[in-house]
Amino acid sequence: MSDNILEMRNITKTFPGVKALDNVNFTVKRGEIHALVGENGAGKSTLMKVLSGVHPHGTYEGDIFFNGQKCQFKDISQSEKIGLVIIHQELALVPFLSIAENIFLGNERQKMGIISWFDTTEQTNALLKKVGLHEPPSTKVSDLGVGKQQLVEIAKALAKEVKLLILDEPTASLNENDSQALLELLLQLKQQGITSILISHKLSEISRVADSITILRDGATIETLDCLEDQISEDRIIRGMVGRELTNRFPPRVSNIGETILEVKDWTAYHPIYDGRKVCDQINISVRKGEVVGISGLMGSGRTELAMSIFGHSYGRHITGTVYKDGQEIDVSTIDKAITNGIAYATEDRKTYGLVLIDNIKDNITLSNLEEISDKMVINEPRELTVTNEYREKLSIKCSSILQKTVNLSGGNQQKVVLSKWLFANPDILFLDEPTRGIDVGAKYEIYTIINQLASEGKGIILISSELPEILGVCDRIYVMSEGKIVGEMLAKDASQESIMKCIMTQQEVIK
Amino acid sequence: MKTLANLFKNNIREYGMLIALIAIMIFFQVATKGTLLKPVNITNLILQNSYIVIMALGMLLVIVAGHIDLSVGSIVGFIGAVAAVLMVRYNLNFALTILISLLIGALIGAWQGFWISNIKIPSFIATLASMLIFRGLTLALLAGESVGPFPVAFQKLSSGFIPDFFGETSIHITTLVIGAILSVVLVFIDIRARKNQENYHFDVLPLPFFIAKNVAISGAIMGLCYLMASYKGLPNVLVLLFILIAIYTFVTSQTVIGRRIYAMGGNEKAASLSGVNTKRLLFNTFVNMGVLSALAGMVFAARLNVATPKAGNSFELDVIAAVFIGGASASGGIGTVIGAVIGAFIMGVMNNGMSILGVGIDWQQAIKGGVLLLAVFFDVYNKRKG
Repeated sequence: MSDNILEMRNITKTFPGVKALDNVNFTVKRGEIHALVGENGAGKSTLMKVLSGVHPHGTYEGDIFFNGQKCQFKDISQSEKIGLVIIHQELALVPFLSIAENIFLGNERQKMGIISWFDTTEQTNALLKKVGLHEPPSTKVSDLGVGKQQLVEIAKALAKEVKLLILDEPTASLNENDSQALLELLLQLKQQGITSILISHKLSEISRVADSITILRDGATIETLDCLEDQISEDRIIRGMVGRELTNRFPPRVSNIGETILEVKDWTAYHPIYDGRKVCDQINISVRKGEVVGISGLMGSGRTELAMSIFGHSYGRHITGTVYKDGQEIDVSTIDKAITNGIAYATEDRKTYGLVLIDNIKDNITLSNLEEISDKMVINEPRELTVTNEYREKLSIKCSSILQKTVNLSGGNQQKVVLSKWLFANPDILFLDEPTRGIDVGAKYEIYTIINQLASEGKGIILISSELPEILGVCDRIYVMSEGKIVGEMLAKDASQESIMKCIMTQQEVIK
Repeated sequence: MKTLANLFKNNIREYGMLIALIAIMIFFQVATKGTLLKPVNITNLILQNSYIVIMALGMLLVIVAGHIDLSVGSIVGFIGAVAAVLMVRYNLNFALTILISLLIGALIGAWQGFWISNIKIPSFIATLASMLIFRGLTLALLAGESVGPFPVAFQKLSSGFIPDFFGETSIHITTLVIGAILSVVLVFIDIRARKNQENYHFDVLPLPFFIAKNVAISGAIMGLCYLMASYKGLPNVLVLLFILIAIYTFVTSQTVIGRRIYAMGGNEKAASLSGVNTKRLLFNTFVNMGVLSALAGMVFAARLNVATPKAGNSFELDVIAAVFIGGASASGGIGTVIGAVIGAFIMGVMNNGMSILGVGIDWQQAIKGGVLLLAVFFDVYNKRKG
């Protein structure tokens, strides 16, 4: 038996009009953690879909060898049968079923169609122990956080006697702690002889756990780096991904900070379902003209809830507190009023909350400010087309035309459409919630440039982000949130990743 | 410049349904040995389907908004009963009756909107409840009997024809004039839209096809008007339909409200976070549906010249089927007014044609069901391929 668990040779996959994969070669050694990196649209997901049988044999060219055997999968069940399990970015668990039911879904412990609950529970317990999840097997998946759901997914893969585990952006929606735990688990599984392929945009994770790295660019294999022999720097990986030297991950900016534009005082909001649970507790924040203010904190610390409750009370109940703009108290009790008062909020999850995916770029951009392109409620189409084309050029949205549906755009371009929408509403204050999540290095740089541009126009920007380097690289001033409270405030030039984390951990006010 | 095949592929849903309608018409025209397109029959066909088309307009908005309304058939019955009681038992003036009936329709719509939009009861359940409630109320109101006949003026709503301003000739000249005006207006609108698209360098139909398309549409309108003119002219209700179709096409494609309904149906949360008052919009969508159901109820009652407890039974199914055959998506956000109208006429032509051929009501139902399934299959298949 060869030393390679997987060999994909000369894989070519064409979609109508596009060559998604062009003679890709991809080899994974037994027992390693192999990172697969590349910009959005580089072909990572397509390659994994070819591998797992989502794109069945015959729809692509080239050969796949698993454990030296030539494989021709017709669907996912065939690839899973031989121990090849893929965990998608969007988790595929049934929320209303229990952990145990989910783990053995499609793979039930049964005799003649009758489920043996004893075996199911017992084996679930063993699996949960392996992945380090301490929850009773009967817990409903909907009651678990994303991090724990991810562990259930892995347990499910283990139940299928996985030999090669493929994780597509497993930490994209996890906070720092859960991400670390997940990476630890991957290392543990490696000890038990399970090979993993890790697709990730987070280069720090890759440098930490990967044994080798394959870089894809524009549907072709660029190179495979061996991390065991050489120390691979993040810059080295980026160079391979973008094909050029990206000297700086954050565009330089000159801050020109003016008067206070937005001030939020004593802001308190309660959870919409659980009575008495405060999601925002006596929060005081302010933003000045031309300033980029970061809000850092773990997932669930109340960052999104704070932004959404200020943006037209779109989250929470019993909201109290006052919002001042240019020193005047303003009414933000509905989204419409918030927008009229010059506040915009670009949501965290662009697919669920940001875009109407079945609509085209044009319709999405103008949605929040249709009055601007209408005469007496009748849409002036020429004006709408002119405006949207301007944004397309200004933000360099890559598309065939502005009539292209947003569902077909890459993550970075979707985010640009969301930004265009809010720029078109012409706000004075912009909340950007995780604007660069799940988008590649090149597109991130462009988003940061847009942020700088907006700040230089005198707008106040509030950037919510889980990525500490981003917060440090883009912001002027940083608030740290934890458990619904502001637990720290610091100037970016005085802050470091450590000081922010320390702030969260100790929940103590760090003196400016 | 894209190829014609490509253009066709992109618009396959719109053209596909139109071609299906024409094919079905040709089939029945041949099978019924020319009866289908006889002036008297085509007039009947339009009268028979007018109320379905009226409701399909409202249902399209409801379905695009991501909801459904199962109660429209019962509302047709209920409003018919209300109008009958007002006019026959209380001798109320017909104009006042129409006004009151429309108002009650709006109130019923508001009732639905309240439960669906404010209380957040799924529309399927809320309107299922209304379907039972208003069917029951219809029975109660009519005390299980038929009430009629109506004043002549009210009957004209459905059975009247527009007068001929050019005197009594063998052919109804006003009808032809209206047809000509309508054709010119449509051609003018299409030319303007094309110029607009060219200005922005979008793909447009190659000129010969553009001309052919407009000639075909104008020809169809003039042909229809000629058939009508050689019978009694344009029925009042067809004029009403033209006006309603024009208004709803305009609202859905050119106005802020229309755009917002599509956005709400496509992604309610995203629309709401973009400042669209989705609650109010959804409420109003149901009020609109209520008013149109009331209008359809009166047209139907006027046509039969009597209000019966069973009036409007299972109309909701024909209406919903028409909208889906017309290409609307069950998950919301997709669908066109013209599509829904074509869908309604596909159902109507099949009803009419099969009746002429003497196909029993049993097989009519089964065949219509098959057509609905086929149309939606066509949709799903296209989406998967694309």
